[in-house]
Amino acid sequence: MNREPLIFEISSPTKKGFALPHLDVPENKDALSGLPLRDEIRGFPQVSEIEVVRHFTRLSQANFCIDTTFYPLGSCTMKYNPKVNEKIAALPSFQDGHPQSPPELVQGNLEILKTLEDLLSEITGMDAMTLQPSAGAQGELLGMLLIRAGHEDRGHPRRIVLIPDSAHGTNPSSAHICGYSVQEIKSNERGTIDLASLRQAMTEEVAALMVTNPNTLGVFEDAILEITEIVHAKGGFVYMDGANMNALVGKFRPGDMGIDVIHLNLHKTFSTPHGGGGPGSGPVGVKTHLEPYLPVPIINRSPSGFTLDHDRPKSIGRVRSFFGNFLVVLKALAYIQSLGASGLKEVAEIAVLNANYIRKSLEGVYHLKYDSPTLHECVFSDKLQKERGIQNIDIAKRLIDYGLHPPTMSFPLIVPGALMIEPTETESRRDLDQFIEAMKAIAREAIEKPEILKSAPHVSYVRRLDETSAARRPVLRWGGEPSE
Amino acid sequence: MSFISLSDLDKKEMLARIGVSSPDDFFSGIPERIRMKKELRLPQPLSEPELVGHFGALGRKNKAGDYLSFLGAGAYRHYIPAIVDYLSSRGEFISPYTPYQPEVSQGTLQVVFEYQTLICQLTGMEIANASLYDGASAAAEAVLMAQRIRSRPKILVAGSLHPQYRKVIQTYVKNLPIRIEEISADARGKLDSEALSRAVDGQTSAVVCQSPNFFGVVEDLDRVAEIARERQALSVAIVAEAVSLGLLRPPGASGADIVAGEGQSLGLPVSFGGPYLGFMACRRDFLRQFPGRIAGETQDAEGKRGFVLTFSTREQHIRRERATSNICTNQAWCALRATIFLETLGRQGMRELACQNVQKAGYALERLGAIKGIRRRFSGPIFNEFVLEFEGGYAKIADYLLRNGVIGGQELGSDYPELGSCALFCVTEVHSKEDIDRLAGLIEEAVP
Repeated sequence: MNREPLIFEISSPTKKGFALPHLDVPENKDALSGLPLRDEIRGFPQVSEIEVVRHFTRLSQANFCIDTTFYPLGSCTMKYNPKVNEKIAALPSFQDGHPQSPPELVQGNLEILKTLEDLLSEITGMDAMTLQPSAGAQGELLGMLLIRAGHEDRGHPRRIVLIPDSAHGTNPSSAHICGYSVQEIKSNERGTIDLASLRQAMTEEVAALMVTNPNTLGVFEDAILEITEIVHAKGGFVYMDGANMNALVGKFRPGDMGIDVIHLNLHKTFSTPHGGGGPGSGPVGVKTHLEPYLPVPIINRSPSGFTLDHDRPKSIGRVRSFFGNFLVVLKALAYIQSLGASGLKEVAEIAVLNANYIRKSLEGVYHLKYDSPTLHECVFSDKLQKERGIQNIDIAKRLIDYGLHPPTMSFPLIVPGALMIEPTETESRRDLDQFIEAMKAIAREAIEKPEILKSAPHVSYVRRLDETSAARRPVLRWGGEPSE
Repeated sequence: MSFISLSDLDKKEMLARIGVSSPDDFFSGIPERIRMKKELRLPQPLSEPELVGHFGALGRKNKAGDYLSFLGAGAYRHYIPAIVDYLSSRGEFISPYTPYQPEVSQGTLQVVFEYQTLICQLTGMEIANASLYDGASAAAEAVLMAQRIRSRPKILVAGSLHPQYRKVIQTYVKNLPIRIEEISADARGKLDSEALSRAVDGQTSAVVCQSPNFFGVVEDLDRVAEIARERQALSVAIVAEAVSLGLLRPPGASGADIVAGEGQSLGLPVSFGGPYLGFMACRRDFLRQFPGRIAGETQDAEGKRGFVLTFSTREQHIRRERATSNICTNQAWCALRATIFLETLGRQGMRELACQNVQKAGYALERLGAIKGIRRRFSGPIFNEFVLEFEGGYAKIADYLLRNGVIGGQELGSDYPELGSCALFCVTEVHSKEDIDRLAGLIEEAVP
């Protein structure tokens, strides 16, 4: 396959991809005087419009994506993104509204925000919701800030946050920014939180437990009521990472489990497209006792319309400008309104059915470290293949030759050589079967011709890339022409 | 509507293969006490035509689009070439995830690599990351980064930094050993360099200064960097209006150590505040303290060029609580739009665009500044925004403008009590001479 050059390599002087209208105000030569000016931007491309179109069209063809490929990336919930939501988000009435417009001129937007807050509160069983965070990790940060504000208001911020060893890396990182030190809680042999360890660790210096439920193994913390009780008994809060909400949506509500704060990922459970790594959106829901600390502004519904309330003396302030990722929020609302209560319930049921179908079909072929029942995802490992020198990365790269996206491998850390598989509810049986057959074929190849795995992928846009030398000799930009 | 792809027979056979009779069996381990007793109270599901009708009606409740607007203040209206929407809406760009598997993500990764290059060229810096959430959180990440590098407790922030950016910085540092002090503006609207000189000391990690600043005034970043350097503090430049970089001396050339900002101007609609695009660039020797994803060039097994995410040992999935940031998902698709925008406008286009902004805003300032009872509040040079002071206050003028189909400038009193009778106006290339004359005419009618 021909590689697409960098745009800088096809640039030549005087070419243009766009023309501005003629300046219609009298040109004032003095307007630039007093300004520190630069020359034309050195190295900046000069190409025609069709060159830009071909460049990006060809580059797009070098991507796997949900529209073309099964994408079982565990914990990422790569489900189908309904196209009508894109059409709605492209309406000029939503794209052109300036965030500082007088509230009475953007009542439609405020109604959308308030409605989604209400619906997400209902879905999660929480009392109030903010849509300000830009993504899950910012939601986590906000959630922990709310917890800290709650403790400070009671006189003592406390020092420690408890996090299970199966947690996603953003959890400890978010807790750290809030000034907390992280204490890890070991998982038991079932892959869930060990109650004895939790009881021992839970003191009046512990601000919160951060729990992911179902956890990153796909296992539901069935002792969740005992867990929240243990934490609450010592005055702590329970934070839930809602990354795996697709397993529960429409059927179970974190608010009914004693959860005090939760963040959701609209780009996971609520189908907004992942965009190659964002934009996401990470709403945060709280129970009443943490509501005073929510970020400003709060949107109020009144008989005369929607208003903004900035006067919230206990608010933690802002984590982001304006109202968060509004167009993402809009797509999530459209998704919820397409599905309704029964549709959301079906999401969880079929997501779990699909994951268990894969698990059942691959049990014995790949090693399953924890045999507890799982919900929306399952975590196999490369343990059986490792005996022949094959690692999870080799299995992943070989899947590409079968036209499939690999599973997640970077966590959970408690499963060495992890292959975390999350099919989501939108996949057909045909796609699931193709994946299962490919995984079985690869397991056979690992025995019969392991070298084909080691050198995979063979039929992709590029062959296996050397990630080690990328870090050793970093080339982080095109260097044809030095900048100023 | 349902987006499920299993037939009833599929479900039956799959359940049978697993050995359960109903999907409910998968949830049997969940305690009875937390089962919902009734269905969620959500609106009835809508079919696609109903959904389109419903949101069309909601959109029509937004009246702002019928008005001629002069709002800026961190969200800027610029013309977006048709190919930006066309190309960025391809499923191959909008529906993949973070390029964890580089061999099947070369499209996204090469775009990020080009984006990083363009950001370096625009800012005059050596390295750039793959994007952050927005200008405000990018500013906060820059503050955290500067403090990691210098390990001193004090950060000096210009009072003319966007008020929401200052709020977000406050939120991010609240629980860390970092103290923020604000330095006010002088009569020109520029950071008061004498006050800055007095405030920078051996306890200062960084000086944070926005240019063009919140008042639209272009700062003397060379001078700011010089003052910071005298006490080995870092100079952090914030750019909220990225189009200005097409014309103004890049912060890197003025001695900035870190540049962070908002890329919304580069091909993203104002869209009620998001999604936007945080960008960040810095000197190469700060690479290990840099937050966020970074794409780098490497080779494949055949020795050919390819791109990967690199330096992930800085990131949360490896370093956990010792990571340089908690960021995971960023704004990749927004960075894609900025890349298409910048490559389409190109070298001359960016300069012309920036020049038109200066000319149009200059014309508007001249027209409005000549009206009796109105005075330009700050004397410093401007890019595409300026602050006007209204002798009789601004509120009545704003009302008159609204009654006549115009959203005027943003009043400043709530963020700056001393500027209670002032408003911030933004004029870009999307405003015609006629638009500006209409604004001037209405204000002339409205002033007492």
